[in-house]
Amino acid sequence: MPLSPPITDLAELKSHPALARLLGWNSAVVQAAKFDREELTVWVEKGLIREACAILRDDAECPFNYLADLTAVDWYPSEPRFEVVYHLLSIPKKERVRLKARLNGSSPVVESVTSVWPNANFYEREVFDLFGIRFTGHPHLERLLMPDNWEGHPLRKDYPVEGYR
Amino acid sequence: MPQFPPSAVADPGQDRTLVLNMGPQHPSTHGVLRLVLEIDGETVVRVMPDIGYLHTGIEKTCEAKFYQQVVPLTDRIDYLCPMTNNLTYCLAVEKLLGLEIPPKAQWMRVLMNELTRINSHLVWLGTHAMDLGAMTVFLYCFREREDILRLFEMVSGQRMMTSYFRIGGLALEPPIGFFEKVKAFADRFPNNVDEYEGLLTGNPIFLMRVKGVARMTAEDAIALGATGPTLRGCGVDMDLRRDAPYSGYENFKFKVPVCADGDVWARYLCRVQELRESIGIVQQALAGMPEGPVKADAPKVVLPDREKMKTQMEALIYHFKIISEGFTVPAGEVYQAVESPRGEMGYYIVSDGTAKPYRVHMRGPSYANLQTLAKMCEGRLIADVVAAIGSIDVVLGDIDR
Repeated sequence: MPLSPPITDLAELKSHPALARLLGWNSAVVQAAKFDREELTVWVEKGLIREACAILRDDAECPFNYLADLTAVDWYPSEPRFEVVYHLLSIPKKERVRLKARLNGSSPVVESVTSVWPNANFYEREVFDLFGIRFTGHPHLERLLMPDNWEGHPLRKDYPVEGYR
Repeated sequence: MPQFPPSAVADPGQDRTLVLNMGPQHPSTHGVLRLVLEIDGETVVRVMPDIGYLHTGIEKTCEAKFYQQVVPLTDRIDYLCPMTNNLTYCLAVEKLLGLEIPPKAQWMRVLMNELTRINSHLVWLGTHAMDLGAMTVFLYCFREREDILRLFEMVSGQRMMTSYFRIGGLALEPPIGFFEKVKAFADRFPNNVDEYEGLLTGNPIFLMRVKGVARMTAEDAIALGATGPTLRGCGVDMDLRRDAPYSGYENFKFKVPVCADGDVWARYLCRVQELRESIGIVQQALAGMPEGPVKADAPKVVLPDREKMKTQMEALIYHFKIISEGFTVPAGEVYQAVESPRGEMGYYIVSDGTAKPYRVHMRGPSYANLQTLAKMCEGRLIADVVAAIGSIDVVLGDIDR
């Protein structure tokens, strides 16, 4: 399967159920979209991420009822620095979509999706622990993998691989 | 010491409940899982898993390695299914590269993956039964697991940390006599499954410990992110090998066992049926094993054979280049999911066009399943917590990474 160039034109991509649903709900929510290597990525306005997730979960035709993964990417030193990445799966329709929210580096805060999918709990705690991104509305936002008194957030790009000595 | 978040469940001022620590060295927590239990008498009121004791920062380490150097790290994540982790990572990088894999390598990957699934389920069955008081099953399961580990040793030289798959195919051709050995194993294994089932499936003591225990509905399972046999044991028919085939799984015929009861018993039934289905896939892979190379024709990515390296100048140059400066991967990102013995094993890899991955994230099935534990255990007895942990088959290496 040789690589073909990514498609970024919204008009060409809007047949995908997730993108169609989001555009139908509120066209301001979609910042950009990309179809690359058979996978659809949608950049969502960060203030609307929880509502966008709820809309996708409750879609009647193609419900994205399963949060497969939630993680983040640090693009240090460029801004906006962080991307929170949501991998959604529709169990009935076998469709996948990746949502992304861009956050700036000075105060990375985004609304928690634990009210949409309870299993976001551990994933958001992990992202908080390793990236220092805060999730508002999370029921129990504490460190998960690192010790409670750990300084710094290890998966940030300005954190050295061998740690601070 | 982690604290429970405040909740209305406990009765403040009444001091009815007690906080009990279970693990991380408790034998039935299968590794270094620590559970903080809030109990009222012998009834569990709340459960809070405390994880991170095995956190080694593999995701961070990956960012400092060349793409091919990450493969041996992936074994260490879920040490009971090393090949599945190798496969997921390799498939993800191959997807980033747009690399075509020869059919023999694909079929070998399926064959090894199903043996890995059997291996992993045997460890689960043995330890789960032992947690519930059935000692003998453990010995029988490890007898067959030893056969599989010998097969792994034949192909890769390693029993557990195999690293047998490479980006672009396999490390080596399988050795002479390997397929005969697999065939002999596959022919006798169904009888072994009968043997395990004879000890457990009709055993009234075992049934009392598993039937109706740690029950969960399908809605809860989906909302809490359950995956693999834990999800199928709640009646949700989902298996990535069938729903999103990878590595040539579309060529194989197999059933996906689903059981709607949602209790420990249902998960047991799903996994035991999967043992039988997996051995069927192994038989099909052996019968239809294609001929041909086991490495993709991509000299800039795949290491050349030793023979060529010693006789051809280009092969030597490519070898030197790959080892010393790696290979670049076109910028982009992929999420590759594979059905591991425990459920959806996903690798999210971001490439920035250099020879090292910009970000590697592993979505572990045990991590996903662990979140269902509280739902399963609350309101039940402490003894049922042991049954529930065994039934979701946690591997702490996979949770903590």
